[in-house]
Amino acid sequence: MRALRFLLQKEFRQILRDRTIVGMLFIMPIVQLLVLANAVTFEVRSARTYVVDADHSSMSRGVVNRLGASGRFVFTESSQSMRLADDAMLARRVDMILMIPHGFEEDIVRQRRAPVQIVFNAEDGAAAGVMQSYASTILASYAAELGAQLGVLASPLAAGAEASADPVPVRGHPVIDVSRRGWYNESLDYREYMVPGILVVLVTIVGTLLTAMNIVREKEAGTLDQLNVTPVSRWTFIAAKLIPLWSFAMLDLALGLIVARLVFGIPMLGSLLLVFFAATIYLVGALGIGLWISTVAETQQQAMFVTFSLLMVYLLMSGLFTPIRGMPQWAQWTAEINPIAHFVALMRAVLLKGAGLRDVAHHLVALALIGIVALGVAVRKYRKQSA
Amino acid sequence: MASRSSALRAFVLKETRHILRDRQTLVILLLLPVAMVVLFGFALRNDVTNVRIAVVDPTPDHATIALRSRFAGNPRFTVVAVSPSTRDLESLFRRGAADIALVFPSGFAGRLAEGSPANLLLIGDASDPNSGSATAAYTGAVIAHYRADVGATSGAVQIVPQLRMRFNPTLESVNLFVPGLIALVLTLVTAIMTAISLSREKERGTLEILLVSPLRPWQIIMGKVLPYLLLALANVVTALLAASLVFHVPIRGSITLLIGASVLYSMVGLALGVLIAALTSSQRAAMLGAVAGTMLPNTLLSGMIFPIASLPGWLRVITYVVPARWFIVVARGVMLQGVGVVYLWRELAVLVLMLAILLIAAVRSFRPRLA
Repeated sequence: MRALRFLLQKEFRQILRDRTIVGMLFIMPIVQLLVLANAVTFEVRSARTYVVDADHSSMSRGVVNRLGASGRFVFTESSQSMRLADDAMLARRVDMILMIPHGFEEDIVRQRRAPVQIVFNAEDGAAAGVMQSYASTILASYAAELGAQLGVLASPLAAGAEASADPVPVRGHPVIDVSRRGWYNESLDYREYMVPGILVVLVTIVGTLLTAMNIVREKEAGTLDQLNVTPVSRWTFIAAKLIPLWSFAMLDLALGLIVARLVFGIPMLGSLLLVFFAATIYLVGALGIGLWISTVAETQQQAMFVTFSLLMVYLLMSGLFTPIRGMPQWAQWTAEINPIAHFVALMRAVLLKGAGLRDVAHHLVALALIGIVALGVAVRKYRKQSA
Repeated sequence: MASRSSALRAFVLKETRHILRDRQTLVILLLLPVAMVVLFGFALRNDVTNVRIAVVDPTPDHATIALRSRFAGNPRFTVVAVSPSTRDLESLFRRGAADIALVFPSGFAGRLAEGSPANLLLIGDASDPNSGSATAAYTGAVIAHYRADVGATSGAVQIVPQLRMRFNPTLESVNLFVPGLIALVLTLVTAIMTAISLSREKERGTLEILLVSPLRPWQIIMGKVLPYLLLALANVVTALLAASLVFHVPIRGSITLLIGASVLYSMVGLALGVLIAALTSSQRAAMLGAVAGTMLPNTLLSGMIFPIASLPGWLRVITYVVPARWFIVVARGVMLQGVGVVYLWRELAVLVLMLAILLIAAVRSFRPRLA
């Protein structure tokens, strides 16, 4: 026990002495939180749109106005030439071309049906799909409105044969209003959703990367061999390595939660005690993986590379950036053994939806199992290697 | 002069051997691009493909069933529950079993027939606003279609959007990601590896030995970066092969231009790596600098995954100094749009300018070490 105390003292001193590490511990997480929380969104607020209005009618202007009024479409350029519009799209000045063909209004009045052409830059397919939905919804509601207007105008304007060609008076056309409501995040602020997940990333980087680098550095410097010939037991040594990084990771989590509350105003509906309890369990796994990497890597360069590749796979498959449900089935199964996926889901449920211990119990159990396996494998590997 | 150039050759050989000897890192460096393309391609979707919708229908009639069957028949939607009241919604959402709920008013068909307003209510689980707003948009579009078709039978006006999805007609996410992925891989191999490898020599004191050798500083730098440039080229080729063989990502423009731009971008990365190594004192500091200074901005602030237009203003300004932002425009332009230098000269010019500035800064900060 005394040996552990001295070793802990040594570790804390060594960590706090190194300015790079201190920066990595306390400044980088804050910067990451501020940048990541603002950068990570797929939401496309508006599409820059090129207008080619070949009709010049009040109805064609109506189409443009309706789309513009939604705020989803910003009209940056217009001309009469599809060629110029095409050029603007190739030069990436616009995301969308709206082309209203000649005779649009006439077609609507006579045939009650007219096309408009919409060309998207669909490189970002998801954004193009969403924009297309907005456009067709707006066009449909404008069409309904025109129908109502024409219903009044139709009889005085259209005389004789035309009027009789239109059998049903438009008075009875259907009116469907759609109202929307979003639960759990009324303001649709994506940062509320991202910040709890980003906190997981910060804790993981400290836990896994620093653990791996810390031990490998002793290996590189040759001091690990010195420690191995002392009477210090492996468990004491591992505990002395892991406890400081565990406490720094928890400190980072607390720091991150404070920033999340003060800067981003994240609602913390659930119990913070539950968050810290879950973090404790999660870190067993994260530190275990770091320890395992340190047994595999010979140099700090390798340690960083292995950690980096592993974390990237874990992160990308965790549902932090892209929803797990959008992934193919096999990828959804891998999420079950991905500690980051469980911890991200847990943080979001507890902080944003106020989930309690019972709601997230299965995440906790999964985290505990992953932690035991990861740490167990790492300790076994570590013992064998230095024996 | 002849001895100098042969010294350079020997030095490049030595550096290449260094890289080849570290098998583990080399394997990661060669496999990582392919693994990333495959992973991104299969697993990452920024689109919302499977929307689970719950329907609240207090008085089922022919109109509500017609609209419900629109959702049931749409491949994007799965109807997970139909219930007569909104009471069950809360538990559906909290369990995460539904993404959006469509609530009919009572007597929907009757209201439609007499032309009085029929109010539909959409309730979405907005805790994920990114996919939440996409879900709402798709649901709204299905309803709009239904409304248009109902209107058509009763003689109402229809505006028919004729859509064209250019450059990516099947809306594949992988087409969007691959160009950015190439940028990411190139950053990793050029900037980060160079920074670490140079700072390792510094840490061990072997750099000073090199500096007193007859090699000039620029030759040392050349020797350090040339092998990585070759490695970067190999990575571009393997990533492109994986993308086009596995996912059929197109390369519509000139491959020469794409490779040329990759070399230019790699050189920017190498110069950045040298600069980082010159400015930092330890391997660890160099790694930290390289990750914070290149990896993070190149993934998050480059438009690789997350569109630049969605960033808040202050972050959008920062993206102008991120090299990957410009390279990704070129790569997407060549691969997806199939455009040439005429449309891309501005981005290429910015990269050349960045390279010039970084080279001057790197050579300047490297030189005083001779003294």
